[in-house]
Amino acid sequence: MEVATTNPNEETNVWGGGNQPLNASYGKLMMWFFIVSDALTFSGFLVAYGFSRFKNIDSWPIADEVFTHFPFLHGVDAPMYYVALMTFILIFSSVTMVLAVDAGHHMNKAKVTFYMLLTIIGGAVFVGSQAWEWKNFIKGEYGALETRGGQILQFVDADTGKRVALEAFAADIPSTRDTHQRSNGLWFVDESSLPNYTVEEIKAGFAANENLVIRGEKIDEKGHKIVLSREASLDKINDAVGVVEGANLVHNEYGNRLFADFFFFITGFHGFHVFSGVVINIIIFFNVIVGTYERRGHYEMVEKVGLYWHFVDLVWVFVFTFFYLV
Amino acid sequence: MAHADQKLAIFRGLLKFKSNVQKIWGVLIFLSIVTTVEVVLGIIKPESLMTMFFGMKLLNWIFIILTIVKAYYIAWDFMHIRDEKGSLKGSIVLPLIILIPYLAFILLVEADYIFEVMNAGFVSWNF
Repeated sequence: MEVATTNPNEETNVWGGGNQPLNASYGKLMMWFFIVSDALTFSGFLVAYGFSRFKNIDSWPIADEVFTHFPFLHGVDAPMYYVALMTFILIFSSVTMVLAVDAGHHMNKAKVTFYMLLTIIGGAVFVGSQAWEWKNFIKGEYGALETRGGQILQFVDADTGKRVALEAFAADIPSTRDTHQRSNGLWFVDESSLPNYTVEEIKAGFAANENLVIRGEKIDEKGHKIVLSREASLDKINDAVGVVEGANLVHNEYGNRLFADFFFFITGFHGFHVFSGVVINIIIFFNVIVGTYERRGHYEMVEKVGLYWHFVDLVWVFVFTFFYLV
Repeated sequence: MAHADQKLAIFRGLLKFKSNVQKIWGVLIFLSIVTTVEVVLGIIKPESLMTMFFGMKLLNWIFIILTIVKAYYIAWDFMHIRDEKGSLKGSIVLPLIILIPYLAFILLVEADYIFEVMNAGFVSWNF
């Protein structure tokens, strides 16, 4: 009979303090709140990436052509294999983390220690892999020309359809242009190191090699970059004002500059999360070793860093999709 | 805190595990399969999936759906949302599934509009 009316006694129990209405401790709830807000931050970044991409939908760089490196395989075109490997590493370190949490529930100190160690190693390997990925991206592969409007002109062999690096055809024209340094000019003006070739050298080399054509940023309906004819290429190359090798926040040999900006920003922000996750995991790892949680009577702290660690993995799943797959 | 109330079944009870550790390995295998499917699709890019569907290539929709499936299992089984109370589940998941699609929707529609303006307008973006 008393089903509809609430029991006043129980009500004080739920809202009177001293218990956990959501059946989760204070610390765990705060970790969840942080994760929800951080998830919104990351979605903000990824949606901003989507915005720029939809805005330049007919000229966005093709990820398969940008990320083609694999360790120890030089010159082999291996799109995506490396990021796939990174994804597996991160998922696996997520698994060792859950196993650590599970061992914590059984108060098994040795197992928690072992699995935490594996998690830390997995995270460190992931950060290292990302550093390598950045190195390749920054260094660039083929080089390109940039027009005054910021468009990228890449070079393709007309017969094979393969990309051609600048060094393969650039003419050698002696020039006396030196990098400007503060010590021998205006002290407040600085410039980064000059590209290996001048625009004149590229133009002369291009004119001399009949089989070279230019590939612009535009994409056709099938999703391939449009390659110009030889005549159109000879005309187009006159627009070039600079040589770009590799990528940074201002120039990007792979295409639209925003692509490089978002790549550095989103994978960098994610990599920083992984890095801080590794640091926090190391702290917890040593706490496990010295027996802090054994004395406390529970391993909930491992569970809390575990939540953060899985979240980092979760974000990578989305970054992987939107940067490399889609 | 022995977590005796852990739910050990995934796929709506289709697959039941004997222990939590077994469930973790099971989920890992599932996630690996999904990732492998994604990578294989991304490398071969089947021509039949290149048709446009609701503003995007069909292949891209498949990638996004598979990603959400992966996200579900990471959150539900690795982050133990499956074992949490309904109220906690809701307060974590609902804000995200309401706000993120909303943000994506308005920004992508706006971006598409800007693309049209730049495409059809009298402004030169390559000078």
